[in-house]
Amino acid sequence: MAGSIPASVTTDGGLWVDARRRLRGNRAAVASAALVVLLVVAALLGPMLSPYAIDHVDWTLSPLASPPSFENGHWFGTDSNGRDLFVRVWSGTQVSLLVALLATAVSVVIGVAWGATAGYLGGRIDGWMMRVVDVLYALPYMFFVIILTVVFGRSLWLIFLAIGAVGWLTMARIVRGQALALRQREFVAAAVTLGLPAHRIIARHIVPNVLGPVIVYATLTVPQVILFESFLSFLGLGVQEPLTSLGRLVAEGALEMETAPWQLLVPSAVLATLLLALNFLGDGLRDALDPRQG
Amino acid sequence: MSEHLLQVRGLSVRFPQRRAGLFGAHRWLTAVDGVDLDVVAGQSVGIVGESGCGKSTLARAILGLVKPAAGSIDWRGTPVRLGDAAGLRRMRRELQAVFQDPVGSLDPRMTIGESVAEALVALEGRQQRAACDARVAATLGEVGLDVVLARRYPHELSGGQCQRAAIARAIVARPRLLVCDEAVSALDVSVQAQIVNLLGELRERHGLALLFISHNLAVVRHLSDEVIVLYLGRVVERAPREALFAMPRHPYTRALLAAVPEPDPVARSAERRAPLAEGEPASPQASAAASGCAYAARCPFADERCRRELPPLERDAAGHFIACHHWRALPRQP
Amino acid sequence: MGAPLLEIRDLSVEFATPRGPIAAVREVSLEVRRGECLAIVGESGSGKSQLFLGSFGLLAAGGRAEGAVRFDGRDLLGPDTSPLRELRGTRVAMVFQDPMNALTPHLTIGQQLCEVVLDRGLLDAAEARARCLEALRSVRMPDPEARLRQYPHELSGGQRQRAAIAMALMTRPDLIVADEPTTALDVTVQAQVLDVLREARDLGLALVLITHDLGVVAGIADRVAVMYAGRIVESAPVRELFAAPAHPYTAALLASVPRLDAPLTGRLEAIEGQPPQPGEERHGCSFAPRCPSAVAQCRELRPALQVAGERSVACHAPRAHAGARP
Repeated sequence: MAGSIPASVTTDGGLWVDARRRLRGNRAAVASAALVVLLVVAALLGPMLSPYAIDHVDWTLSPLASPPSFENGHWFGTDSNGRDLFVRVWSGTQVSLLVALLATAVSVVIGVAWGATAGYLGGRIDGWMMRVVDVLYALPYMFFVIILTVVFGRSLWLIFLAIGAVGWLTMARIVRGQALALRQREFVAAAVTLGLPAHRIIARHIVPNVLGPVIVYATLTVPQVILFESFLSFLGLGVQEPLTSLGRLVAEGALEMETAPWQLLVPSAVLATLLLALNFLGDGLRDALDPRQG
Repeated sequence: MSEHLLQVRGLSVRFPQRRAGLFGAHRWLTAVDGVDLDVVAGQSVGIVGESGCGKSTLARAILGLVKPAAGSIDWRGTPVRLGDAAGLRRMRRELQAVFQDPVGSLDPRMTIGESVAEALVALEGRQQRAACDARVAATLGEVGLDVVLARRYPHELSGGQCQRAAIARAIVARPRLLVCDEAVSALDVSVQAQIVNLLGELRERHGLALLFISHNLAVVRHLSDEVIVLYLGRVVERAPREALFAMPRHPYTRALLAAVPEPDPVARSAERRAPLAEGEPASPQASAAASGCAYAARCPFADERCRRELPPLERDAAGHFIACHHWRALPRQP
Repeated sequence: MGAPLLEIRDLSVEFATPRGPIAAVREVSLEVRRGECLAIVGESGSGKSQLFLGSFGLLAAGGRAEGAVRFDGRDLLGPDTSPLRELRGTRVAMVFQDPMNALTPHLTIGQQLCEVVLDRGLLDAAEARARCLEALRSVRMPDPEARLRQYPHELSGGQRQRAAIAMALMTRPDLIVADEPTTALDVTVQAQVLDVLREARDLGLALVLITHDLGVVAGIADRVAVMYAGRIVESAPVRELFAAPAHPYTAALLASVPRLDAPLTGRLEAIEGQPPQPGEERHGCSFAPRCPSAVAQCRELRPALQVAGERSVACHAPRAHAGARP
């Protein structure tokens, strides 16, 4: 469109600008966003700041599990095997975030595609597609993951695939509901009248208009996934050594709760802060985007 | 002899109602019942009726948005069926629509320039960027929109501007027939007149045919050459404009015209011109069971025959079609 | 004729929005007398609805009304809110465009109508039921006894609106404010509902009818006030307004509406441009950008409302002896 339009026209981004403005006004959401960014930066840079490697055992300590101190360079202390907790916590945060983001990405891609198609096509196709979702929903999730882990071994990729493979179900339901409503709108009728094929209508008209709820739900899915991964790790099904995640660290720390409380407190504090911040951010996004929907 | 663009014969559209029990037969709601319609190149046909009369469903069936249960739709002599993608594509290049909700008929996440461009590409195939921009700008100008507005989103524009954008989208590929489904009903009064004028101008300039659907009789009278009156899915009267408004023959048409409040306080105090219809338009469900004339329940002239027998569409000398058993016997209008 | 029933003096309504305050109504004054029907005509952004919502304390969150509103001598917008609460729903009733807004979906018609009088302890149960039936009969509701037991969704649109009007009549109010009561109805049903409102007015009820439909106005109003961009631009008895509109907006509006009885011309006389957004403010007359007879003064100075007997008009160059409409 740029060719014939004078450059002096001010284009605002339309709906997103209003949403951004509303979001900025929500102090809790802004603070949470800042906090999330801070944690991500810490997770990325943290391990580089410490001289210790993630699996380096510091034999100079006695006992091996030592509390946080500045003098010996173990700012968060060490775990029962003498490994520096500072590095492990931030590496673990990296892993947790990676799993969460990838798993959420998988759920979003599959969920949006499935839900938008089912909602737009409606009728029997919708019926069958959503029955698949219902059946998968009914499967005992934990058994499914455990069986997968037993069969394929415990790998990082398996974890996020398993989580993503189930996480898309709710996303699909949400998107389908939105798509059903959108189908009744006149601009969809106009698109059909233009002769646009169904896949183009879904891609160009349905999906962009469901992005609001999708973003909100995705932001709220990330903490759920982190928690779920932590739970798996707690059960011993999560990531393998030498990699670690926040969940594993919490699990290991819980065992040493009475003798070395810092091993539980530090990863729990990071985990709790991350989850809280993501939840506030998700709420803020929902408030910012929802009034404009429909 | 003008070319026949649209020929509709015996069109019926039904919607399933809730089944009786788990395995019972569907009950059907007949929204459109055996409607015939012709639009000739350059002609403007108006369709009027109240809620439940099926006019919007009729429009949707013609546009291929809804599947008819019976009847045929021919575009320029060739039948068009819903499953026939090539035929539909051919028809859609020449048959476009403008809908009721100006803001709602535009994708809220696309600028109006993008919406118009999308129409051009969808109907005429891929375009060179510069040529596409030029066409979009020219069409926006034609409908009275400053090209600067092409970058705006629908919610930033007024109702009238959005409707102009919707019209631009509909005419950018030079259709031959434009279906307007309550296209001015959601607009402010002062803006309605502008859009009505715009449609008239486009008709003249491009020889565009119009199928104008509305419940607003005065607007239909202004824009149409021929008018069709629908009641509960059936055609009850069809006539050239002057004949219909000067000498309405069907009791429903008379009641409809009498009920329209005229902006003239002096005339109001005069006697009503015709007996008002009693009650309300029955819901289409209620009429499903009834045989005979759908209007019989409200008609002051109805008798037993009306309730039993469906009146056929008869033609009088002046090309006026009426579906009423007693139209010849009705008192003349004052 | 005595003191007016409702007196509004210099009422302004403002809404606080994230983009700044928006004035929906600007210093409007008007009167409604007993037994008369005043029609308020305007398009979107004219403030016609907010005028009465503001007068009766019904504004949405963020809205504020300033000015004086007196009902039968009692001050409604003063520091003491008790007159407002007493009068609202008893001596003043409102009817809205969409009856589904007035009617609660999960209560029967009978329950809702009776609730109006039972809640305030005005009548006992038996009297309330009798009054219900009386109200339903007065709105010509078919089969009133059966309706008492029905839910709103079982009624048709016209019947729902009639039920809403009946609900307004339950307390035998002195004034009914009806905001676009027939816009959502079919034209044949609209004619019947207007008959009902006309009968109520003939029985002594004062009626304020807010509408954009000039045909409806012609059929029922005694006096008309025309609003544009939050202000009254003209007011007059109905016949005079239609026969000789003084304000160019009124004249243009009348000329632009297609009519069944007018001879057919090629074009309608449309007003250029579009109605201003709520809260848009400019120097001079708000209508000047669209006015066919605007002069330089119109863009500089806002015309004040000039009153002459029963008529008033806010225009620097009002149409005189207006040969008005075609």
